Amino acid sequence: MSFNNLDTLYRQVIMDHYKNPRNRGTLADESVTIDMNNPTCGDRIELHLQVEDGTVKDAKFEGEGCSISMSSASMMTQAVKGKNIEDALEMSSIFSKMMLGEDVEDVDFDLGDIEALQGVSKFPARIKCATLAWKAMEKAVSADEEE
Amino acid sequence: MTIKAIREQFPILNQEVNGHPLVYLDSAATSQKPLSVIESMEAYYKQHNSNVHRGVHTLGTRATDQYEGARDKVKNFINASSTEEVIFTRGTTTSLNTVAYGYARHVLQEGDEIVLTEMEHHSNIIPWQQAAKYTGATLKYIPMEADGTITLDSVRSTVTENTKLVAVTHVSNVLGTINPIKEIAQIAHDNGAVIVVDGAQSVPHMQVDMQDLDCDFYAFSGHKMCGPTGVGVLYGKKALLEEMEPVEFGGEMIDFVGLYDSTWKDLPWKFEGGTPIIAGAIGLGAAIDFLSDFGMDNILEHEQQIAKYAQEKLSDVDGLTIYGPKERGGLVTFNIEGVHPHDTATVLDAEGIAVRAGHHCAQPLMKWLDVTATARASFYLYNDESDVDRLVEGIQRAKEYFGDVI
Repeated sequence: MSFNNLDTLYRQVIMDHYKNPRNRGTLADESVTIDMNNPTCGDRIELHLQVEDGTVKDAKFEGEGCSISMSSASMMTQAVKGKNIEDALEMSSIFSKMMLGEDVEDVDFDLGDIEALQGVSKFPARIKCATLAWKAMEKAVSADEEE
Repeated sequence: MTIKAIREQFPILNQEVNGHPLVYLDSAATSQKPLSVIESMEAYYKQHNSNVHRGVHTLGTRATDQYEGARDKVKNFINASSTEEVIFTRGTTTSLNTVAYGYARHVLQEGDEIVLTEMEHHSNIIPWQQAAKYTGATLKYIPMEADGTITLDSVRSTVTENTKLVAVTHVSNVLGTINPIKEIAQIAHDNGAVIVVDGAQSVPHMQVDMQDLDCDFYAFSGHKMCGPTGVGVLYGKKALLEEMEPVEFGGEMIDFVGLYDSTWKDLPWKFEGGTPIIAGAIGLGAAIDFLSDFGMDNILEHEQQIAKYAQEKLSDVDGLTIYGPKERGGLVTFNIEGVHPHDTATVLDAEGIAVRAGHHCAQPLMKWLDVTATARASFYLYNDESDVDRLVEGIQRAKEYFGDVI
C-alpha cells in the first residue's frame, strides 16, 4: 500500500471535518444525551440530539478520538439535522452498508460529505471508528422514543 | 547469533505488508513464534496427542511426560522451589483472577486494604476491584512520580498494617517502567501482606527468580514470550496454594468424588480442572528452551539498547512526546502532536510497520498521562536498530502526510 491508498482513507473533506468539526458542542435540557465509547481504543462521543415531532431539530457532539471517528461525528450531525427519524435511521443503515463495502450509489439520499468515508471500508481496523457516531445516533433516537 | 539468523527462526517476519518489508513492533501485545515452538506443537499433534494423567496407553504416557516436562522447564526458568508451585492457566488474566477468586475473596475482610499502582493493566485492577466489592476491602494506589516510576518511600507510606494484598506489575506495558519487585515484596511482607505480581511484560524479557524476588504469586503469559496463545502460568508459594480453594471444579483436579462431597488432587493439579492446555504447555516449554539458548540477560540488554536508541532518535522528532522513564524495558510509547495515535498507526501500517495504538488496557494510566490514547512500539530479540530507523521514517511521513492534508 502506498500513500495513494492512504489518500482513499484520509480524503480532504474528512480532514476538513476533523480540523473544523461542525456541530461541536452541547444542547440544552430538552435534548437526549448519549455517551458512547469504543472500548478497544478509547474513542469517545457525547451526542446531543433534539427530536421534536419525529424530526431531528438539532444535533451536537463532544468527544475525543481519531480523525475518522471525529469527522464521522461531524458529518453525521450535519446529515441528520432536519431529517425525520425514519430517514435518519435509513441513512444509518446506508452508512453501515457503505462500511461493508457495498455499493450505495442508488440510494434516495444525497450523502454529501459522508460519501468521503467510503474508503474506510478498505481499512477494516478503522470501520468501528467511523460507525461510532452513527451507533450513538441510533441509540439516542431509541432513547428518545422510550421517553 | 546475528539478527538475520534470529529472524530466520521466525518465518512470519519474512513477508511484505502493504508493499514494504514487515517491521513488527508490537511484541508487547503478542510476540512472534519461532519454528521450534511451532514444530513442537505440530509434532505433539502429529505423533503424541493424547489426554494426560489418565491413559494407561503409550501415547497417554508420552503426552503426560511432555506436559509435565514443560512444567519442569517453567520451574527452572523462573527458579520456583518446586513444580508444585507452577500452575498452567490460560494466561496472565486467568492467573490473576485465580488469585482474586481463590485467595483474595476468601481471605480479605472489611477494613482490609488492597494496594495497587496507577500503571497497572486492567487485568491487574479489575479482579481486585471486584474482590474489594465482594469482601468490603478498600483499594489504595501507590502514587507515581512525574516520570512514571514509583519510589520505595511511596510504597512504604501507602502499604500499612491493614494492607493484606499488594498487586503490582513488574514491567509497565505502557511506560516500560521496571518496578523494584524484590524491595516492594519486602515492604509488603513487613506489613503482613502478600504480593501478587503481573509478570506479563517481564518474564519474556528478563531473568526472573521467584526465590530471590520472594513474591507470593506471580502471573505471566506464554504468547508474549515466543510461546502459543492460550497458555500462561500462575506461580504461587506452596503454603499459600495449599491454603487456597480451587477456582474451577470438574475433571482432572479431583481426588475422590462422592455423591455429596469430593476431595482435590495435590498441587499443582487441584488448580487445573478439565483437560489442560497440553499442546500450549508443550509449546511454552519449547519457547523457554529457545529463549534460554540466548540467555535472558542478553535478551534484556539487546532490547534496552534498542529502546535507548529509539528514545534518542524519537527525541529528535519535533512535536513528539515520549512517555515513561529513561531506564525502561524494551518499548517506547509516544504521541505525535496533532496526529491521533490511530492515524499514526494507520500511516505506519501503510509503510509495513506494526505498532499498537489505543489505551493499552490501561485507562487509569491514560488518565494519569492526560491522554486518551498513545502509540507504542515494542521490541524483542528479533528487532534491531534498523527497525527503529524505519519507525522514525514512518513517523516523519505521518507528520508530513497529516501536515499536507490538513
